[in-house]
Amino acid sequence: MLGKLSLAAIPLHEPIPMIAGLGMIFAVIALVGLITWKKWWGILWHDWLISVDHKKIGVMYIILGLVMLLRGFVDALMMRSQLAMAAGGAAGYLPPDHYNQIFSAHGTIMIFFVAMALVVGLMNIAIPLQIGARDVAYPVLNSVSFWLTASGMALMNISLIVGEFARTGWLVYPPLSELAFSPQVGVDYYLWALQIAGVGTLLSGINLTATILKMRAPGMGYFEMPVFCWTALAANMLIIAAFPILTATFGMLLLDRYADFHFFTTNMGGDPMMYINLIWAWGHPEVYILILPAFGIFSEVFSTFSKKPLFGYHSMVYATLAICGLSFVVWLHHFFTMGAGANVNGFFGIMTMIISIPTGVKVFNWLFTMYGGSIKFTSPVYWAIGFIITFVLGGLTGVLLAIPPIDFALHNSLFLIAHFHNVIIGGVVFGAFAGYTYWFPKVFGFQLHEGLGKAVFWCWFIGFYVAFMPLYVLGIMGATRRMQHYSNPDWQPFMIVAFIGALIILLGITLTIVQLVVSIRNREKTRCTAGDPWDGRTLEWSTPSPPPHWNFDAIPQVRSLEDFWHSKQPNGEPLQYVDNPSGKFHMPKPSALGITLSFFATVFGFAMVWHIWWLALVGLFGCIAAVIAHSWQTENEVDIDLNDPAHAHGHA
Amino acid sequence: MTVIHHSHANDHSVPYAKRGPAPTNVLVGYGFWLYLLSDIIMFSAMFAAYAVLSSHTAGGPKGIDLFVKGDVLLETVFLLVSSFTCGIMGLASAAKNRNHTYWAALATFVLGAGFLILELQEFSHMVHEGAGPSRSAFLSAFFALVGLHGLHVFVGLVWLVVMMLQVKTIGFSDMVQRRLNCFNLFWHALDIVWIGVFTIVYLGAK
Amino acid sequence: MSDLINKRNHYDETHPATPGEIHDYKEGIQKYTIGLVLAAILTALSFWAADSASVWAPSMPALLAALAIGQMGVHLVFFLHISSGPESTNNILALCFGVFVVALVVFGSIIIMTNLNEHMLPMDQLMNIQIQR
Repeated sequence: MLGKLSLAAIPLHEPIPMIAGLGMIFAVIALVGLITWKKWWGILWHDWLISVDHKKIGVMYIILGLVMLLRGFVDALMMRSQLAMAAGGAAGYLPPDHYNQIFSAHGTIMIFFVAMALVVGLMNIAIPLQIGARDVAYPVLNSVSFWLTASGMALMNISLIVGEFARTGWLVYPPLSELAFSPQVGVDYYLWALQIAGVGTLLSGINLTATILKMRAPGMGYFEMPVFCWTALAANMLIIAAFPILTATFGMLLLDRYADFHFFTTNMGGDPMMYINLIWAWGHPEVYILILPAFGIFSEVFSTFSKKPLFGYHSMVYATLAICGLSFVVWLHHFFTMGAGANVNGFFGIMTMIISIPTGVKVFNWLFTMYGGSIKFTSPVYWAIGFIITFVLGGLTGVLLAIPPIDFALHNSLFLIAHFHNVIIGGVVFGAFAGYTYWFPKVFGFQLHEGLGKAVFWCWFIGFYVAFMPLYVLGIMGATRRMQHYSNPDWQPFMIVAFIGALIILLGITLTIVQLVVSIRNREKTRCTAGDPWDGRTLEWSTPSPPPHWNFDAIPQVRSLEDFWHSKQPNGEPLQYVDNPSGKFHMPKPSALGITLSFFATVFGFAMVWHIWWLALVGLFGCIAAVIAHSWQTENEVDIDLNDPAHAHGHA
Repeated sequence: MTVIHHSHANDHSVPYAKRGPAPTNVLVGYGFWLYLLSDIIMFSAMFAAYAVLSSHTAGGPKGIDLFVKGDVLLETVFLLVSSFTCGIMGLASAAKNRNHTYWAALATFVLGAGFLILELQEFSHMVHEGAGPSRSAFLSAFFALVGLHGLHVFVGLVWLVVMMLQVKTIGFSDMVQRRLNCFNLFWHALDIVWIGVFTIVYLGAK
Repeated sequence: MSDLINKRNHYDETHPATPGEIHDYKEGIQKYTIGLVLAAILTALSFWAADSASVWAPSMPALLAALAIGQMGVHLVFFLHISSGPESTNNILALCFGVFVVALVVFGSIIIMTNLNEHMLPMDQLMNIQIQR
């Protein structure tokens, strides 16, 4: 009846997951209580949960990302503290089985539910506003994408209290992840959470690509659109191309685990190395999916706060497209040591070094943008300058690792860990914070506290170096990743320093929360409803803050790149708009499809994990029924009448 | 704000990229095209796995021992003709001709179902002979690749039934026609994938 | 009232064709029929060639590949109505990118996996404890 599920699934004998799980349950209950007490359910449902407005969906993605950042970071603190203790013969406080789950969960959460969520959220908020559109191409699908990601998050969090997580690392390599060596439910939780969230991401990739290519305002050709839209386009094209590989590969592993197939088993002809090949064919484009939008955000920030157009717009575009294409021919550098011959390793090593060239072009363009500009040192600029320093350093260690003989010594060492955290934190996290601070006033109509924002930056910047520079040294000294304890006492001082770095970052995260609370309290003093607090250059700053649901009262008729900036200059002509004499247009109606699908998908995923087949069928049929039922709706638009904004009624 | 005259959406002197937002039918068609490309990439990962594992027979039966070319030819003919009838259905629905639409849809459905029945027979025969997916990595890759294609055909058939019910209850509205156009693209794409399957898996079997 | 309301993203009433739509019924049937006949011929050729002794065996994969790609092209042109007009440019670019990725995934995987297998020690040596230090 209940498959493999029983009360034994709750880890009552393990204090740490129990405390974490109970903390999570308590937080949910407190949140539900708060919403009930304030009578917010109606607004929450109508204005947020069933919203198809890209701005609201973007905010929800960012909230999801920030919440999961807390969980992923707690994992990091646990690892750092364990390693600070477990030198020589000391065992530390985390048993190996648990430690393995922690590093696996840390990676999975940070990549899929923090980085992806923050990046997709920011793209959602900014793209339609920057291209002069009222929404993305497929608003209901956008809501579905968010909710499927939330379903994946739900399964990840449920695994904390019911069952366990994978102990295999964040990419669940076979043969360890096969049923023979991981019979527990952890790998299944991982696979189903990511299959479901992966569908959401793929749909988002399609949505945003179509939006950028087909919904730009009239007059905005490809070379009149902001660079952020170009980098977002490249990233979303990569999503469309790469995520299906992830779906297929996880599908094959699921078939191995559930139906006794032999894709990656060690017997009957299976080939575990093929999993590694395929998963990295996804994995490498994935990191470019994360970094390209961040590059775009920095381009916006550098030009806005230098009061100069971005240096080398065309070369930025070509560099972005080059990175997009090249990201598909380097993936073997993630497994140089798996045994390919020198020719193959050499080819991929060279291609990896080549891909650093367009990135270098971008760095120079950013620097030249600042040069001769009138720079305003706001907190987004701090993140941007911090990014240049940190990301370049991380890129250099990447080029080092791109040399196969060197990688043979450093693969899977702490040097590798330091490298990828260097580029992901310096690139993606700093970019997300820059974007968050930059676009917050647009979305909410008031500004974030600047002083606290700079304090957050310093904590992350200093904390990052203190936490990860020791890891470079340790890696060269021979320390490997995924290590629960170590015998060489000389390593311990470095581990302790790294732990202190993590604590500094913890302060930064705490200050982020404080900044939000303080900013909300002070919001009347920092109101900027006119819409252009930074003296921006692109179209989103021409709307009020927050913009109306439909973004633009009239669709802009764009004449040039940075049309809005030119319209603000002393001899500039005001922005032009397309005429709409009636003042009436349609907007899409809110839809409960997303949240409904999310519910049934979570049920399906949970049931599959525990082999509760009847419940899995319920979940599956619920999903199908929801889609079919939704498809019969013919009344899915709302009339907007600008002459009478209070009246919006349904229309077929 | 300055307002100008109507948009340039249909003005052919304006480059296509600058004409402004595309009409809904173009937008939906393009998004579906992108989805189909992603699906083809998913199939390519399965093809890659098949190509690598096709020689890993673990002492068990090889493709050449198992595949019956005659059945495959029949399946191919069914799917190809169903692609043709699907095209006819697309034309009929664009012309808002209900009867032709229903007949063409029925033909497409029957041929598609025929394809699936033949395929299921082939699968069950192989399983009974001890050549199921657990026998070897080659067979796992075979069943997964061909099975994934079959699953898409099955989903297509369900979708076709739903579409015909929508034609009946809603009629040929813009929304229904956009969906029928998407179905067309989907069904033709499935036949394109099948070309890959019958060439690489069946005709290429050693 | 509906003609006053500006439909979202729908400026023009004359409804330009989606790449892939054909509005002329008769012309449409002709195109599909030609496509069907061409595809059938290519299919028959493939099936015949695979078993035929008249084809030089080492060239078989290339021949089958050419026939398959040809038939895919027939499908794209006659069934999916890919054209060279500016409305189709985005579709063709997307298709090219897709083909690029497919080629990389399939051929890249084959090359890499073959290379890995060639470099792997035979099982008896792998299991020999002496060589594992």
